[in-house]
Amino acid sequence: MCLALPEKIIKIKGDTAVVRTGTLEHDINISFLPGSKTGDYVLVHAGFAIQKIDEEEAKRTLKLVEELQ
Amino acid sequence: MKYIEEFGRKADILKLADKIKKLNVKASLMEVCGTHTMAIFRFGLKDLLPKGIELISGPGCPVCVTSQEDIDKMIAISRKKSVIITTFGDMMKVPGTSSSLSKEKANGADIRIVYSPLDSLDIAKGNPDMSVVFMGVGFETTAPTIAGTIIKAKRDKIKNFYVLVSHKTIPPAMEALLSLGEIRVDGFICPGHVSAIIGSSAYENVARRFKVPCVVTGFEPVDILEAIYMLLRQKQKKEYKVENQYKRAVSKEGNIAAKNVLNEVFEPSDAVWRGIGTIPGSGLKLRGEYSRFDAEKKFALKVRPARSNRNCMCGKILRGVSKPTDCRLFAKVCTPNKPLGPCMVSSEGTCAAYYKYRRN
Repeated sequence: MCLALPEKIIKIKGDTAVVRTGTLEHDINISFLPGSKTGDYVLVHAGFAIQKIDEEEAKRTLKLVEELQ
Repeated sequence: MKYIEEFGRKADILKLADKIKKLNVKASLMEVCGTHTMAIFRFGLKDLLPKGIELISGPGCPVCVTSQEDIDKMIAISRKKSVIITTFGDMMKVPGTSSSLSKEKANGADIRIVYSPLDSLDIAKGNPDMSVVFMGVGFETTAPTIAGTIIKAKRDKIKNFYVLVSHKTIPPAMEALLSLGEIRVDGFICPGHVSAIIGSSAYENVARRFKVPCVVTGFEPVDILEAIYMLLRQKQKKEYKVENQYKRAVSKEGNIAAKNVLNEVFEPSDAVWRGIGTIPGSGLKLRGEYSRFDAEKKFALKVRPARSNRNCMCGKILRGVSKPTDCRLFAKVCTPNKPLGPCMVSSEGTCAAYYKYRRN
């Protein structure tokens, strides 16, 4: 039930953003993420963006796995 | 980067599985979250782990731990006149003492599945003569979305919207499980999206008080395997701290805006967990200024004490004491099509996961 999927913001109007998953577009509420920008990837749960995904941290995690000896 | 495929590369998965094997540490690790349980089964991760590493499913499926009394209350409300029930789809088939929302819908009750709690407000606006009641089930990931919906209802002066609040919070349940002392937990795989809200620091008390390593992680195979590796490393070094593998989505302090909304509307309360009983401070209730949205008050609910199937082992399964295969109902009379207990109903329930992916 705590599933949240990464979706990309393509448009913002006030507290609402349009996100795209594959070819589908739908509205989400972004009031928990003030300062959201077009192009951000956010985790969406029950119609709300609950967290912005940090690209640098994602890269760092993958790099750490790569570097495991 | 799409943040899914990159965390499921075969080479990384095999490398982590090999690193885990080489550590040669035995441990019982509990994945608290039902979404992790499903991911572990779906990706077949148990088959990649060496003998001696056991993964135990915890009480992290909100549908499964909702008390039968709360289910009976939902059913009682759905039988009232001029009521529209809105709910997440997972709740439909959960058996109460004598019925389920699914059966009530078949009998003519107006029960609508929504994707977001906000959808309930549109339904309320479109049906001013009806009372719209949302079934508030879920952990810290979900509770802020209901709190946000209630704030919007207040702002938009929607007078016919109510919530039956049955939310629960995770860290008190982890402490309660350890206090019971029924099982050995050498490490917690902490829920990723609950932590996106509450932050990784929320587990520091559990780690310190019970000397149990905690690692917050995501839901892709590389995430979960790396978390297992990190927990085993801690056990090897005799450490017990909180580590965060899911830094791309979880910070130490969590989502402050969401926490503020949650705390604006709700305050902590005791809550009854199916299979565990009352856990102090593990629930949420509406604060005084939002009490007019409380469905329980609006409908002055009284339900009879709940009765459950005596042979159902969901309680022990939710506490990690028993496995679904220990239950004599499992896969015989209790199946996803005709579930007798909540762990088989929810797609994230431990019994449903065992039924779908393995039987041993």
